[in-house]
Amino acid sequence: MTTATATPPPTAGKAMRTVHFRIKRCDGPGKPSRWESFNVPIPANSNVISCLQWIAANPTTADGKATTPVVWESSCLEEVCGACTMVINGKVRQSCSCLIDEYAPNDGDTVTLEPMSKFPVIRDLWVDRTRMFAALKRVKAWVPIDGTYSLGAGPMEGPRASETRYKLSECMTCGCCMEACPQYHLQADPAGWETSFIGAAPISQARLFNDHGTGKQLKSERLEALMGPGGINDCGNAQNCVQVCPKEIPLTESIGAIGRAATVEAFRRFFMAK
Amino acid sequence: MAEQRVIVVGGGLAGLAASVRIAEAGVPVDLFSMCPVKRSHSVCAQGGINACNEVARQQGYSEYQHFDETIYGGDYLADQAPVLEMANWAPRIIDLLDRMGVPFNRTNEGRRDLRLFGGSLFKRTHFAGATTGQQLLYALDEQTRRHEDDGKITKYEWWEFLWPVLEGEGSDARCVGIVAQDMRTMQIRAFRGAAVVMATGGNGLIFGQSTNSVICTGGAASRCYQAGAWYGNAEMIQVHPTAIPGADKCRLMSESARGEGGRVWVPRKAGDARTPKSIPDAERWYFLEERYPKYGNLVPRDIATREIFDVCVNEKMGVGGGNMVYLDLTHKDPDYLTRKLGGIMDIYEKFAGDDPRFTPMKIFPAVHYTMGGMWTTYAPGSYTPATPHGEHKPGMVPPVDTEVGRGMAYGDPRNMSTNIPGLYAFGEVNFAYHGATRLGANALLSCIFDGLFCGVGVVNHVNDAGIKPVEDVPQSVYDAVVRQEEAKCERLIASAGTGDGPAHNAYIIGKEMGEVMTSASTVVKTEKGLENCLGKLDELRNRYANVSLSDTATWTNQALSYARAVGDMLVLAEAIAKAGLLRKESRGSHYRTDYQDRDDENFWRASVSRFNPQTGKADVSFEEVKAGLVEPRARTYGKQANEDKSENKQEVAASAS
Repeated sequence: MTTATATPPPTAGKAMRTVHFRIKRCDGPGKPSRWESFNVPIPANSNVISCLQWIAANPTTADGKATTPVVWESSCLEEVCGACTMVINGKVRQSCSCLIDEYAPNDGDTVTLEPMSKFPVIRDLWVDRTRMFAALKRVKAWVPIDGTYSLGAGPMEGPRASETRYKLSECMTCGCCMEACPQYHLQADPAGWETSFIGAAPISQARLFNDHGTGKQLKSERLEALMGPGGINDCGNAQNCVQVCPKEIPLTESIGAIGRAATVEAFRRFFMAK
Repeated sequence: MAEQRVIVVGGGLAGLAASVRIAEAGVPVDLFSMCPVKRSHSVCAQGGINACNEVARQQGYSEYQHFDETIYGGDYLADQAPVLEMANWAPRIIDLLDRMGVPFNRTNEGRRDLRLFGGSLFKRTHFAGATTGQQLLYALDEQTRRHEDDGKITKYEWWEFLWPVLEGEGSDARCVGIVAQDMRTMQIRAFRGAAVVMATGGNGLIFGQSTNSVICTGGAASRCYQAGAWYGNAEMIQVHPTAIPGADKCRLMSESARGEGGRVWVPRKAGDARTPKSIPDAERWYFLEERYPKYGNLVPRDIATREIFDVCVNEKMGVGGGNMVYLDLTHKDPDYLTRKLGGIMDIYEKFAGDDPRFTPMKIFPAVHYTMGGMWTTYAPGSYTPATPHGEHKPGMVPPVDTEVGRGMAYGDPRNMSTNIPGLYAFGEVNFAYHGATRLGANALLSCIFDGLFCGVGVVNHVNDAGIKPVEDVPQSVYDAVVRQEEAKCERLIASAGTGDGPAHNAYIIGKEMGEVMTSASTVVKTEKGLENCLGKLDELRNRYANVSLSDTATWTNQALSYARAVGDMLVLAEAIAKAGLLRKESRGSHYRTDYQDRDDENFWRASVSRFNPQTGKADVSFEEVKAGLVEPRARTYGKQANEDKSENKQEVAASAS
């Protein structure tokens, strides 16, 4: 029987190398963290996900102790869903696009995996980013359409404007920009979400919808949400966000644009005594 | 009557479109998803969404031509009337997405740009870069959030669907809710619903490495099937011709790469070790262009896949002697590629390490889409011609207009209902629309169409005063299913440490299932191969009976969830392989080397699998396709006859079995 799986061109047989994984584990909220190590064989095209999959099937630590499979969140494995974000060798990123040959090219190299620190841990590497989705509600990140009836096309838009919006719209709510931001803090209690810095991603989403022909109807409400505590003024201008964004979204540009719009809005309100 | 609620399971395009439509009609929705809905698998769709448009129309295209292409592409296996309705709705759906703010690529004049896609000679594919699925999903996610903010949609994210709750037995059964599990706390509970919409997508994980997301196990569909929902055309699995092989999954390289001019080739000399750029044009074999001069690289996926497979596996002409061919875009302007295909250019560069703007990509087919799925019915619309129409050629006046309700009766509660009243199946999880092969850029369309069009039928079902309200269903009906699912979990937890190592390791069983299913039940199928496959599945099911868990945690136990899904995947795998064994013909994606022709007399029929609780296996029957609109014709895509090649093929086919 012929198998239909892809095979690379045949190459000379080489012993499979091993990479050492150090993983920060935690059994659940309020439980202490601990480190566990695993020696993982590395076939061609390995990434952090394939290594975690190998550990799930072979849950034995480097010193031979039986343990439980490591828990992590993942979905698309193509760096478009944002689920598998974690801290790898100290840097926040998606684990699916983290290729072992790049990150740990030699036999015996170490890869360290930790959960993101700005969101509460559910278990092991899986964190709860509900706060990010709540922030999208806070800035009303949607176009207020008149329902799903057949009402013709949307507003016309030039190619430049649509390319700008497309770039902003690639945000996958992964949280890298929050993890890297010195102003963004862990808030396990939802009561603290409204007053603590909202982070770069939702600010950029506010810009995305303010720039849309129909979306701009809610511009004033979006700006209001960002002019109060936890809003645009809490940005410390560290510019870490734009450096870690996997989609290279111009986050600092968005923060600047919203900052200017907020100033204009403040004047408008002052003179209109609203 | 107390408030009637609808349960939607799955938060991809179909589930979100349904949720928004139903909530908008004033019926509150409980939306269940194994992940935050914004991370659903629809996000992976790249190329675009098809719809007739003004430019194509003035060149002779029409909604009807889109319908005809879809039926022809699917090799006549789809029920026809729903496809007509879908094609007629496509332009309205594009307009709606446009109003929602989807950043479609634009022309200089600010109109929506279009690209070519497989199975059509017209530009009728709308797109947002090369991440169209992501952009469409986000637009619906945003509208869902808006309704969530208004309190009309309640999300249950990180909840796993476990079983439908049915009241009554056999053909009297109706669906009155679901049982689901919180993937964090592991709490199992029942939810009442006046209707349940399954929108849980495809089952790529059954084949191990596919282009699907890791959540696409088919587990939810399998559970409904085991509970009595019929499963149609299980054997129809799409293998996408162009993917990047990986250790964890195969990453899709969109058909839009070919739509924008990408050419597929291998060196004319087997095993040629030169770098691709140093091989002169005359020494490259553009085998798709040679074999299909009319459609070239844009033949439908099943055909491109079989040709690539043939070139690599049978003729041993793959790049460097391996199972790989080149997908080449390097003749195009790099800036153009970035603008039109940036998303997939980045994926290739990130995962394969080369920049496809300057180096041809190395690709191979991978399992991609589930055409088969939960069997669904519909209420026919007003277009019922006395005799089926022949081939529709560009420029001809369509035999029917595009008024709402020509294909399916608008608002009818039967639309995309399963055989169990109250249980619906929308999107990839049903078997409608795509027949034996799905055309590129029709998936996003069918998912959103189901949600918008058939969502109205769900609302009408819920508002039907003649149906006994769900609040009158005794609590014991729900409690029994909760107990059934709790018992499954307890048994799995108690299994820890009992099994015999790898033989009873769910991950190993899952891996072996993927290997045998990919090998026997995808590109090339044979009787012997499928019989061996069914034998192997029996062995795996026996081993699974003593599956042993590696984690006994009562909090966030992913090993339990996966092990449970593997059991359900094995059940569905059996139906897929068995329906493939019994379909003794070749049609669309289903290619049997021992029955190479389409056999309309015996097999112009849908396979319908019914789960037999006594045997734990599928009873498969073949049932009439609801046609009547279009007369079947040979599906050749203008292939050039080549005597030598076809002889060669038969020889190799014999050795491949």
